Amino acid sequence: MGKVTILRAGPLMTVQDLGRAHHRHEGIAGGGALDLHAARVANLLVGNAEACALLEITLGPTRLRFGDERVIASCGVDNGVSLGKPLRVQTGEELELRAPPIGCRSWLAISGGIVVPLVLGSRATDLRGRFGGCAGRALRDGDELPLGRATTQLAFAGRSASWSAPNEWAQTASPHPILRIVRGSEWETFADEARSAFLKSAYLVSKQADRMGARLAGAGLARKKETELISEAVVPGTIQVSNNRQPILLLGDCQTIGGYPRIAHVITVDLPLAAQLRPNDHVQFEAVTVEEARALYWAREADLERFRVGLQLRSS
Amino acid sequence: MPLGDTAVVVRVGDSLGKVLATARKLEAARLPGVVEIAPAFASVALFLETPQPFDDFAHTIRAALRRRLPAAKLDRPSRLLEVPVCYEPECGPDLATVVQHCRLSPNEIMRCHCRPEYRVRCVGFSPGFPYLSKLPRALATPRRASPRTEVPAGSVGIGGAQTGIYPLPSPGGWNIIGRTPLRLFDASREPAALLQTGDRVRFFAIDRAEFKRWEK
Repeated sequence: MGKVTILRAGPLMTVQDLGRAHHRHEGIAGGGALDLHAARVANLLVGNAEACALLEITLGPTRLRFGDERVIASCGVDNGVSLGKPLRVQTGEELELRAPPIGCRSWLAISGGIVVPLVLGSRATDLRGRFGGCAGRALRDGDELPLGRATTQLAFAGRSASWSAPNEWAQTASPHPILRIVRGSEWETFADEARSAFLKSAYLVSKQADRMGARLAGAGLARKKETELISEAVVPGTIQVSNNRQPILLLGDCQTIGGYPRIAHVITVDLPLAAQLRPNDHVQFEAVTVEEARALYWAREADLERFRVGLQLRSS
Repeated sequence: MPLGDTAVVVRVGDSLGKVLATARKLEAARLPGVVEIAPAFASVALFLETPQPFDDFAHTIRAALRRRLPAAKLDRPSRLLEVPVCYEPECGPDLATVVQHCRLSPNEIMRCHCRPEYRVRCVGFSPGFPYLSKLPRALATPRRASPRTEVPAGSVGIGGAQTGIYPLPSPGGWNIIGRTPLRLFDASREPAALLQTGDRVRFFAIDRAEFKRWEK
């Protein structure tokens, strides 16, 4: 069986897939790649099933060594390697991924997928629960991960393929990110000035930013009346406002319930942008309706289906 | 009401019976496109595979909730779990805080905490964390001003008017009064969480030596 060796893990590298369903009632996060779309696209590019486990790389630089010949593809940020384009790596080859100029995370798929054991139906690392992935922890220098057998042979000669993913899927980081949101359950309970400030001003991403979420700093968001709420479900993309009136943007590893008021939710198609936020970035919000969010989602799904069919025609 | 574009929250009021009945009805209805259903304190959340038109989906949910279920399916008998807890100071670093706040002796706190039959109102926040209701009012103690950076697994805490158990080593703001040797969360087990919403719980006190034996 093939393997990939992590020679340099960088600040935070984990094994992820499309996450865990069916365990929220036990307090277990959905988790998985913070940009599920990028994970699906990267897997498709190397001929894998979309749900195969891959590497989530935070910032960098990182270095990997491949035990045998594989096809790889990376989506998310420009790390100097194969942006959204399949690349063949040789037995024993070492690959260096540099830190991206903008953005935070990339997803690197390897043909055959990473075949760490399934835990509660997924190979994703749950850092808080300390399970899944590689012993439930972030990868360290020297870790070796087993790779599966490639199921589809992509037909391309030479080192890199002639096709690639659309640029907006391969490189999702933006120097001026604008996240589209729908109103949260407690939107109406915020003061008029707070609601307009939320949509008009920029928020700074603080240093407290990880796979659970990012604390933001900017215009204070006061409610009309400060009332205690009964904890309810929160999801990746939920923007809750803590007692100091500053927003917290929740990401894939967020808790299952929360008691802070939810002012808004980032729409599904903009979660890839949210996953690229890093400390000191400025982010702005733009309101859309739930119907618009849904239409945007289905438009992207239709594009993904066309992309999938296109790739199938190239595989032998 | 919608929770972003791919989830919906059904509010039912602050009653465990209603929450459980709603969750069971929605599970039994096997609504198409619903990936999972998770109860909270006064609501049930439904997570969808893909965004659906909200009004249509709300209509489907209402129809599912109007349907009658056989009583046997609705009123599943709740389990009673007896949970051993060591209330020695090394297991309960915040005992002194609770002693001061509640004006009770450590022994009284232990006896008082072991008396009621608690109900698991919700499992959430972190993996396997059970929120238990029916904490005697005499024991209610506000959360710590600054949370501890790491609370050991099995720590039993009081947070305001609730009590709960930290299943995994994690940061925590509740006052820790003891520790159980039981494994509340184990990802290699199905279900991974020992306690599920609706379970009944009773604590009983054990000493250091018994704690060590239980750990094995």
